[in-house]
Amino acid sequence: MRVVTPTEGANPLRDPRDRRLPRIAGPCSLVMFGVTGDLARKKLMPAVYDLANRGLLPPGFALVGFARRDWVDQDFAQIVHDSVREHARTEFREDTWNELCKGIRFVAGDINDDAAFDQLAQTVMDLDRVRGTRGNHAFYLSIPPRFFAPVVQQLKRSGLSASGDGAWRRVVIEKPFGHDLESARELNETIGEVFPSGSVFRIDHYLGKETVQNLLALRFANTMFEPIWNANYVDHVQITMAEDIGIGGRAGYYDGIGAARDVIQNHLLQLLALTAMEEPLSFRANDVRIEKEKVLAALTLPDDLDMHTARGQYSAGWQGGEPVIGYLEETGISPTSTTETFAAIRLGVDTRRWAGVPFYLRTGKRLGRRVTELAIVFKRAPHLPFSATDTEELGQNAFVVRIQPDEGVTMRFGSKVPGTQMEVRDVNMDFAYGDSFTESSPEAYERLILDVLLGDPPLFPRHEEVELGWKILDPILEHWAENGTPEQYESGTWGPRSSHEMIWRDGRSWRRP
Amino acid sequence: MSVRLDDTTAARVSTAIDQERFRQGSSAVGRVLTLVIVADEASQADALRAAAEAAREHPSRILVTIPRPGRGPARLDAEVSVGGADGLGEVAELRLRGPLAHHAASVVLPLLVPDAPVVVWWPTHAPDVPSEDPVGRLAQRRITDAGEGTRPLKELDTRRHGYHAGDTDLAWTRLTPWRALLASALDQPTDTITGASVSFQRHNPSGVLLAAWLQRGLGVPVATHTSRGPGITSVAIHTEHGDILVNRPDGRVARMTRPGYPEREAPLKRRSIESLIAEELRRLDPDEVYGETLTELPRVHGFVAAPAVRRAGTFRQPDDSHDGTDDSAGADERGADAAARRTTRTTASAAAKKAPAKKAATTSPATKKQPAKKATATKTAARKAAR
Repeated sequence: MRVVTPTEGANPLRDPRDRRLPRIAGPCSLVMFGVTGDLARKKLMPAVYDLANRGLLPPGFALVGFARRDWVDQDFAQIVHDSVREHARTEFREDTWNELCKGIRFVAGDINDDAAFDQLAQTVMDLDRVRGTRGNHAFYLSIPPRFFAPVVQQLKRSGLSASGDGAWRRVVIEKPFGHDLESARELNETIGEVFPSGSVFRIDHYLGKETVQNLLALRFANTMFEPIWNANYVDHVQITMAEDIGIGGRAGYYDGIGAARDVIQNHLLQLLALTAMEEPLSFRANDVRIEKEKVLAALTLPDDLDMHTARGQYSAGWQGGEPVIGYLEETGISPTSTTETFAAIRLGVDTRRWAGVPFYLRTGKRLGRRVTELAIVFKRAPHLPFSATDTEELGQNAFVVRIQPDEGVTMRFGSKVPGTQMEVRDVNMDFAYGDSFTESSPEAYERLILDVLLGDPPLFPRHEEVELGWKILDPILEHWAENGTPEQYESGTWGPRSSHEMIWRDGRSWRRP
Repeated sequence: MSVRLDDTTAARVSTAIDQERFRQGSSAVGRVLTLVIVADEASQADALRAAAEAAREHPSRILVTIPRPGRGPARLDAEVSVGGADGLGEVAELRLRGPLAHHAASVVLPLLVPDAPVVVWWPTHAPDVPSEDPVGRLAQRRITDAGEGTRPLKELDTRRHGYHAGDTDLAWTRLTPWRALLASALDQPTDTITGASVSFQRHNPSGVLLAAWLQRGLGVPVATHTSRGPGITSVAIHTEHGDILVNRPDGRVARMTRPGYPEREAPLKRRSIESLIAEELRRLDPDEVYGETLTELPRVHGFVAAPAVRRAGTFRQPDDSHDGTDDSAGADERGADAAARRTTRTTASAAAKKAPAKKAATTSPATKKQPAKKATATKTAARKAAR
């Protein structure tokens, strides 16, 4: 999954057989917008520290914060320090911290404040001189999407987006990439005006996860799965991303967006694409993207959207032993909101491999437990040489990729129950990744941030993929907007009744993940 | 929870492991490999702790074999624990008493996880030829640690003679962060490289290996200097317009200077044995680069190799008295060899293009001595520059 850069062959100390050597980012800095946000404090700053601790950041690396706070460098360093202390995955080492700390800068200002951006430009230039960052800077926009355009414009105005000879400037954005096809195109144009498409990195942290990458290894490095990975053997596919939490403090972000835009459009469609795509020519970014795009372009919607989609809103109930309030009672949510917190849809893939195999996608908040998984459910054996009672408890074989928590793979198949009678029942066979607290199972954000700094793009969706996703989702969202309100479901359950009915109608049922 | 089995057999140990797994309900947890540790009583506890830590990343069955040769009868005492507090893997400690001490493989073989890779680790004393050792033969990966021997450089030379694909040594593993840092320095545009030097603590096998690796990769002679340590203290890569210099005087933080850059620092901490073992278990295919680096050793400045036939031969350590200006046969050979290799190595073409020896080396064998002198002269100049 790495892209070989031409410079690599010229480095006499790099040998392709030398698999011990990690790639360390070249001289650079990371400029972060939105440093006071949850994501920045819980994930990004710890990930930067963990990278430093693993020796994967260049000597002289710099981290610049930009926010509307009356801080100086030390205040920001303190914030980073606290978040690292609390959330970093690897142990806290004074040496690593001291070194990282020397490169920490803070620029106070508002997004509309020209002077602040001029100062940011100055800070970045100083870093080139003092820390040797050589004009290489990545801008991480960990901010609400409505600020993308003004920030990008400011980066252009202040000259920050222009890179000198042999240097790079990159911009990193987080989902949602728009709220429909049109806004996604607008966003792409706004950013495209300033940064060339190769310099725009859209983060979908799911793609940085080990299991998601392992999906490609499972499919394309083995012989036993690929022959049955098609409509001849597969009955249907279920992709689930369930959360046990509610919207928490994110009312402002979530209301009006909803589950489908928040999760299906990016994470679930990406998982679908990786599951259904043909073998890429290689794992180079471009080759993988071509295959993913082909699948996304082949997606079809059911004719009757009412029958084959479902949406819901969580109501008050008990979740994991605690009483919780309903969505409409959350602070900041209008009691008449029609934003869905649960969405399930059925899609088809119009290719020879997948014709007639439905892909069921569902996601929701306040469901039974937190789990993300991808299940390939196989057809029943065409003939069972047993009596009907022998196989009463035999379900369909399944191949399940567990993405979080507890990353791993499960196979489900029938086995004889010990005893004199012939009785066949489903059993699970599990493969689990080793526990994830050693240095080498990096958090998804570590991998992605490092890839941004290395300029390695295979794990980042391109805007074509984003637009294809909206093309599929837009008709469903429009249909929902015109027809009624989401059905209420009790918190702590597996979603509204309509979601179960939608799949029962096809003679199938959801797995309990 | 552990089970003690005194005066037992491998079959009973195997049953005990399976029962423990069953009792714990963990029979579904995959084990990706078997790690055999051959240790003595003094080193087994530390080795086991490191291995158990590494097993968090690589779920393993760990077999600690502790030979206890003596006069008594042959006897196997075992202690089995599964998913204990000390780690996630399955651990069997096997004490081989009496004549059984010399037949460890007979106990280990039935206890290997079916079809999974086998790794053997000798934390202290390793056989001269690990791949011919009865236990070593069972493994595709054999880990030794030259740094743990009483005469580390001699030990390293033994590794060189006894090398087979699949061997690896923790002295080499310790170098990974150094090598990564140096390789990444050369990812940036770099002037023509004219030489290099490495300073390290006396008898440090990693320092010698690093010099060998640089010499082989860069195609230029690498000077070695003795320092007070700890471990490797500095590396300089000489280029036409100045040195790329990495200094690590304290074993913790490296300072890097190079032309056109301000001085920068990077944490470069000496690593724990746990993380070394975890790195070793990450890849189980032969480490060809290590193997090739070993072959470079005899040409490393100050490293005196024992002849292949006499494994216990004399051995000279690099020391302060070695002034680097001598024009001994050894130095000549080094230069000539380096020159000959430069002409065939394409990956090092950037460095070789302007290397002084190239032109001469392509002419005829009779002029072989000529490039050597040039190379030596370059080296001397390099050493002077490094001072």
